[in-house]
Amino acid sequence: MANVKRSPWLLHYDGSSCNGCDIEVLASLTPVYDAERFGVMNTGDPMQADIFLITGGVNTQNKDTVKQLYDQMPRPKVVVAVGVCACTGGIFKDCYNILGGADTVIPVDIYVPGCAARPQAIIDGIVQAVELFEQRSKEHDEMVRNQKKGSEVA
Amino acid sequence: MGKRSVIPFGPQHPVLPEPIHIDLVIEDEKIVEAIPSVGFIHRGLESLVDRRDYNQMTYVVERTCGICSFQHGMGYCEAMEHVFGAEIPNRAKYLRTIWAELGRMHSHLLWLGLLADGFGYENLFYQCWRVREKVLDLQEMTSGGRLIFSVNKVGGVIKDIDKEKLDIILSTITEVEAELKVIKDTFLLDYSVQSRLQGVGIVTKEQAHDLGACGPFARASGIKTDMRKLGYGAYPDLDFEPIVSATGDSYARCYCRIMEIFQSIDLLRQAIAKIPDENELFTPVKGNPEGEYFMRVEQPRGEAVYYVKASGKPYLDRFRVRTPTFANLPGLCEMLKDTQLSDVGLLVLTIDPCISCTER
Repeated sequence: MANVKRSPWLLHYDGSSCNGCDIEVLASLTPVYDAERFGVMNTGDPMQADIFLITGGVNTQNKDTVKQLYDQMPRPKVVVAVGVCACTGGIFKDCYNILGGADTVIPVDIYVPGCAARPQAIIDGIVQAVELFEQRSKEHDEMVRNQKKGSEVA
Repeated sequence: MGKRSVIPFGPQHPVLPEPIHIDLVIEDEKIVEAIPSVGFIHRGLESLVDRRDYNQMTYVVERTCGICSFQHGMGYCEAMEHVFGAEIPNRAKYLRTIWAELGRMHSHLLWLGLLADGFGYENLFYQCWRVREKVLDLQEMTSGGRLIFSVNKVGGVIKDIDKEKLDIILSTITEVEAELKVIKDTFLLDYSVQSRLQGVGIVTKEQAHDLGACGPFARASGIKTDMRKLGYGAYPDLDFEPIVSATGDSYARCYCRIMEIFQSIDLLRQAIAKIPDENELFTPVKGNPEGEYFMRVEQPRGEAVYYVKASGKPYLDRFRVRTPTFANLPGLCEMLKDTQLSDVGLLVLTIDPCISCTER
């Protein structure tokens, strides 16, 4: 955490969760747990978000919405699957409308287990996401610099 | 008359943590019609009855919704107990009532916080959620889970709350009551809060009745309805009256829910004073269920209905839930007419929508 320079913003979307993980995500942003002390901020706008928290599995109705939200986020981005339903489909895995975990439609980087996931676990996931985001930002900057150099030479 | 246009609200919207989609037909800034569309969280939970037996279904039913999880399990178990014809021990009835009222407190505090956030009062949002954490700590202490605690079983409960823990509940709810009094004054007396809530989104008593509203939404319009009065759990032994308000606007809905938290505190005190000293926590049920039952439970959001049908097999034939938010959606669409576009987020919140219940 010591070398983190940026302040990534969070986007939260409820896939098909039972609400348990959603309110735990909100609870981890309130003063008792205060995830914002790690420099993150909650936002409702995917265009301004860097870390995508998704709760619940993906179903036939919302798979396009999830994909669209992911595509709208600027690069680099990190996806955190919160709760066992977002990881694998959980207790609803056998239901006819559930396609599976969040990773059936978008690439997931960090899996947070639990039913419902506890705020401590969610914060741990967010901290790992912040570190991963820092690393990806550096790689992204490097890539952009190389591209610029390449275009100057050409 | 201005030109009509359609504005989509949701499914991903900052004011709600859950996806709901409403198409708003507007004329200038005024809503003419609101058309909801659902299905974003539909899982098909009811279909699991053919793969999970009636005991395992308790855990599935509890995951209909994470907020009123305990009461879902309670409603299902009470329905199954009626099918078996089993009388559960008195202590189990009281324990269920205590957990149900703790659940109601945390659900209403959560809603108050979201409402405060909805009208842009972030500090108040944090205060409500800070107080709510104390209730969650009680739930965790007594059951081991913060939100979903799986202590229900067909025939009773699987965990006891001992004397020491009951005393901690009593002292904590006294603390919560003192802090809630301060919060209540801000919600009910603050000028800027009143200006956002009073006279907005009025639903008359006739409208609420015709559209089949339930729970605090109906009570705020003056309908004295409360399923706890039907006498399940330990409620027949407890003394309480449904909290009713006459005006039917957003302010009345806020008033009803705040007062219901105080009522829950009172009910908890009564239940803890009267809880019988028994060792048995559940009556064992034998064989496979046969028959059907229709159970009505008062959840934080209103009346929930559970239907179970069994024909002598460990797997049920049919399980069905009618949730309170589903009953309140027609009322919401009626309420949205003739309101301003900027009030929509707040008005959707005032019915306390729980979409994951609605769509299951």
